[in-house]
Amino acid sequence: MTAPLLELRGLSVSLGGSSGFLRRKTASIRAVNDIDLQLHEGEIFGVVGESGCGKTTLARTILGLQRETAGEILLRGGNVGGRSPERARLARRDIQYVHQDAAAALDPWWSVGATLEEGLQIHAIGARAGRSGQVDAMLLAVGLDASVRGRYPHELSGGQLRRVALARILLLQPSIVILDEPTAGLDMSVQATVLNLLLELRRRLALTYVFISHDISVVERLADRVAVMYLGRVVETAPTADLFAHPKHPYTQALLASAPRLVVGRRAALPIQGDPPSHARVHVGCAFQERCVHAEARCSVEAPLLRATAPGHLVACHLANSSNPVASSRVGQLMPSHIA
Amino acid sequence: MLFLRRFSRDVPAMVGLAIVVLVLLVAVLGPLLAPYPADVSASHLARRLKPPSAAYPFGTDNLGRDVLSRVILGARGALTVSLVVVSLAMTIGIPLGLVAGYRGGWMSEGIMRITDAVLALPQLVLALALAQLMSPSLESAMLALALTYWPFFTRIVYAETRRLKSSLFVDALAGIGAGTARIVFLHVLPNTISPIIVRATIGLGFTILTAAVLGFLGMGAAPPAPDWGLSIAQSRSYLPAAWWYATFPGLAILLTVMGFNLLGDGLRDIVDPRLRRSR
Repeated sequence: MTAPLLELRGLSVSLGGSSGFLRRKTASIRAVNDIDLQLHEGEIFGVVGESGCGKTTLARTILGLQRETAGEILLRGGNVGGRSPERARLARRDIQYVHQDAAAALDPWWSVGATLEEGLQIHAIGARAGRSGQVDAMLLAVGLDASVRGRYPHELSGGQLRRVALARILLLQPSIVILDEPTAGLDMSVQATVLNLLLELRRRLALTYVFISHDISVVERLADRVAVMYLGRVVETAPTADLFAHPKHPYTQALLASAPRLVVGRRAALPIQGDPPSHARVHVGCAFQERCVHAEARCSVEAPLLRATAPGHLVACHLANSSNPVASSRVGQLMPSHIA
Repeated sequence: MLFLRRFSRDVPAMVGLAIVVLVLLVAVLGPLLAPYPADVSASHLARRLKPPSAAYPFGTDNLGRDVLSRVILGARGALTVSLVVVSLAMTIGIPLGLVAGYRGGWMSEGIMRITDAVLALPQLVLALALAQLMSPSLESAMLALALTYWPFFTRIVYAETRRLKSSLFVDALAGIGAGTARIVFLHVLPNTISPIIVRATIGLGFTILTAAVLGFLGMGAAPPAPDWGLSIAQSRSYLPAAWWYATFPGLAILLTVMGFNLLGDGLRDIVDPRLRRSR
């Protein structure tokens, strides 16, 4: 296998925590905790997990807007970590990020054309005279008419705004695009066209996607590999087909079971009890133990590490091995009492 | 121009615009419009305190000067004072607000505490004290007013900048690699413009009022200047008999202040694209 395009080694990020003059002291929280990931050229890497599990913080850290507390970030083998946001963004031009809320991510005072040209200006891409042509071509590539140049963000629909946000990023010629919930808030038909557009653009521009979503079905359709995050940690990562067919971690199993499916005769299960525990607390042992139906004594003492159970399939669970009942349990058996 | 058409349908704003244009015209063409341009300094004791008539529509004052001419000639002074004061206050207040809002830290704390301290004192009292410290003249009155009006801009710009700094589009700009200067001046500043415009227009009216008060108290324009506030001050001893002497300069102040306020509200509506409708 070729060297990874992007590699994270032991990446941790602590957020908040202030001790300033006349300010109440607050403890920081570990939003991202000791993450190792490899991203290969041309793949679509899905990141799933419930709200607040650190997906967006992970994205912002990869991007450089959030400085990591510990760990390394390697882009094409070169270390690009440990920089202030402004410097980090220069070093990581190849990585760009599409915000979840496209409407709020555009300056309401700037027309679409001006917004798109701005990126070219910042990075001094192309000659000044050729920029408007570049913008037009990119608008066309994302399926918009050149006439939207003169429009303002509030005049466009949700789907159009996604395309504008995408065009803005793609003009900067990135190789890795982080898509944060690219389908959130769009109706189904628009979702489908946006997803198809994403696939088409990836093919044409040789892009690598990091696809962050809590929409499991979209990730299943699109991603080549998936990482499941829980409380700032990656608990399982595997090729998509493998993960969906044989989820090994109890959390992954619960997450997949909770996704709505069109299967006749099966009611939706309510698989996970309770709220996710606080990031602020320091956990001893497995972070998922309180909500895990299979938790054992060992889980509250020793934190499980990610280890391979099959080629390319890594799980952070003490009980996940082929001889164990958890590993072989199907999604439906997880919460027998809830299934009618 | 879509928003111009929209603006033209906004009746109060159009009234405000008409008043402001009228006041501006009067200010520019003052000496040509005034029936007795020489009445700035001349005195005609033979015709003192005459009630309004065909020859003197607004009557005459205690020195026999035509009140209409003096009201017309006073417009230029009033507008100059308010424009100078407000632009000076904006020049001081807006950059301070941007820095305090975007930088944070001890610098922000320092700027905002000074702003709060100045805001805590009544503007008029502070301006009076400052004007008194400097030699009483129109220039020192203007400086005193500017030095007491800037915190209003700082407060507004600070609050807006803080809000915008944490907004998603600023984050997105940082994401595509925009530098701080670009974000602050090309993106944050334009987004704060509508509250600035509203505050500045209200400020123009308000400053005319405060300058008139300073003039009234003898801190601003010196006699024989046709200052509106000064005229009202001089008319005091002839009230209520010579009602026209105080009424017409007073009406001039009222009309001008109202015009600026109406215009400010209308401007805010068209200048904010979120309030602007495409169809």
